[in-house]
Amino acid sequence: MKKIMVCIKRVVDYNVRVRVKPDESGVMLDGLKMSVNPFDEIALEEALRIKERGSNAEVVAVSIGVADAQQQLRTALAMGADRAILVQTDQPIEPLTAAQTFLAVVRKENPDLVLLGKQAIDDDANQTGQMLAALWDRPQATYASKLELDGAKATVTREVDAGLETIEIDLPAVVTVDLRLNEPRYVKLPDIMKAKKKPLDVVSLESLGVAPAVWLKAVKTQPPAQRQKGVMVKDVAELVDVLKNKGLI
Amino acid sequence: MSKILILGEHDGRTLNPATHKCVTCAKAIADAQITVLVLGADTTAVAAQAAAIHGVHHVLRIDRPENAHPLAATFAPQIAALAPAYTHVFGPSTSFGKDLTPRVAALLGVPQVSDLMAVEGAYRFRRPIYAGNAIVTVEADPARILVATVRVASFEAAAATGGSAVVASKSTDAVLPTHTRYVGARSGSTDRPDLQTAARVVSGGRALASADNFKLLYDLADKIGAAVGASRAAVDAGYAPNEMQVGQTGKIIAPEVYMAFGISGAIQHLTGIKDARTIVAVNKDPEAPIFEVADLGLVGDLFQVVPEISRLLGG
Repeated sequence: MKKIMVCIKRVVDYNVRVRVKPDESGVMLDGLKMSVNPFDEIALEEALRIKERGSNAEVVAVSIGVADAQQQLRTALAMGADRAILVQTDQPIEPLTAAQTFLAVVRKENPDLVLLGKQAIDDDANQTGQMLAALWDRPQATYASKLELDGAKATVTREVDAGLETIEIDLPAVVTVDLRLNEPRYVKLPDIMKAKKKPLDVVSLESLGVAPAVWLKAVKTQPPAQRQKGVMVKDVAELVDVLKNKGLI
Repeated sequence: MSKILILGEHDGRTLNPATHKCVTCAKAIADAQITVLVLGADTTAVAAQAAAIHGVHHVLRIDRPENAHPLAATFAPQIAALAPAYTHVFGPSTSFGKDLTPRVAALLGVPQVSDLMAVEGAYRFRRPIYAGNAIVTVEADPARILVATVRVASFEAAAATGGSAVVASKSTDAVLPTHTRYVGARSGSTDRPDLQTAARVVSGGRALASADNFKLLYDLADKIGAAVGASRAAVDAGYAPNEMQVGQTGKIIAPEVYMAFGISGAIQHLTGIKDARTIVAVNKDPEAPIFEVADLGLVGDLFQVVPEISRLLGG
């Protein structure tokens, strides 16, 4: 294992509740706390553990997005990534374009393994890893909760609807990670200082030969239908009565 | 006319009800001609089930030994080879569909619309973003094949009988990769109803405090014929297996009744249950956000409430 590429997306922080703009043109993002997509953080942690287990692989964090996404890449460097690449663009990037862009980086970097989150918590699309694997013509192991490397192969346990599934894949490959794979480390202050000296390259989409496309037109963005607030019952007997009367139990 | 190819999900014996829900979604598109595709080692039984679904016009089977397990890398090239004859390719938003459809889309060089929750036109749909805190209406280019996953909690299942589709065997000359191999599976299968399709769901959070205590919920579930779910916190803590997780990153469900015990109601959890017909919440904390969405709420200690419900139900 010489090199691991980890894809990092800048998203609205997990704890922030977004609101829809009054004119329905999107969600209000101004001034909101932005973070590394939590699943990508798990992906990076896994890469660092593979490195620290003795493979000494180089860990390269790659993001696509606005100039401020450098903040999230600095976080990745502080966690322990060796270097970072920002493919800078102000265009909204849909999953297919993201996959094409990461493929262009893969062609330059030739990683043995690409790790990323199973989904980003902003658009919840759950597509980029699978699309990258398809375009690269390499294996995909999605929803990984366990990853074991053995030379040119990897054994991956996947969280699927029925339980757990195990597959074996040849490397290089794309692995998208699920919640239970690991618990990411906390960044320490000295590491933040050190991260400032690590290399962070900024390149343009165009320099990678990728044209930013609008694949899907967002017509309008609306708040979800609200559930009516219900009633409180006073005790278990009343609860059971109501449920029985409604034919629910 | 829209020609819609639905990727049928099955375990070799039984077609997953997620497929029937995709059919309902496809039927919402005007003048849709619906084909269900099943891939497997032997799809005789599931192809017959697909043919019986009300509203399905054609069923295609691709039987070959390499299709014994649903590996996206193996399935995708075969689906991509058939797709150009269709205007739409739909898969369910289950772990099967979510793994597979983006690979198909990328092979076709087209985008994917994830988690269709409402159809507004053949190329215009609504889907949730930000854990369901916003709903976006998207329009796709009719000149391209529309690949999508269907948010199964948003659609009723099409009737399993009444259809009489013609079943045809297909072969493709797609080259199948050998770089991805199935090893095995651990299924938490129980005698209880399937969480994703159950009419009743009993669910527990971190307040259960141990895997042992989840037995309280299993007992209640068995009494009322319910499936059992769990919050992310309970799964992370090891009180329940991953397949029981309900929420943004777990299962999105729409039962008749969802009974949440000791679940505070983080937005990521609520997004998984807000299509439930009736939500019941029991929590010690009267300020718990779950009460904002609950139809019936009871402030109380689940360790007293759950056994008492079981006792009042008798048996």
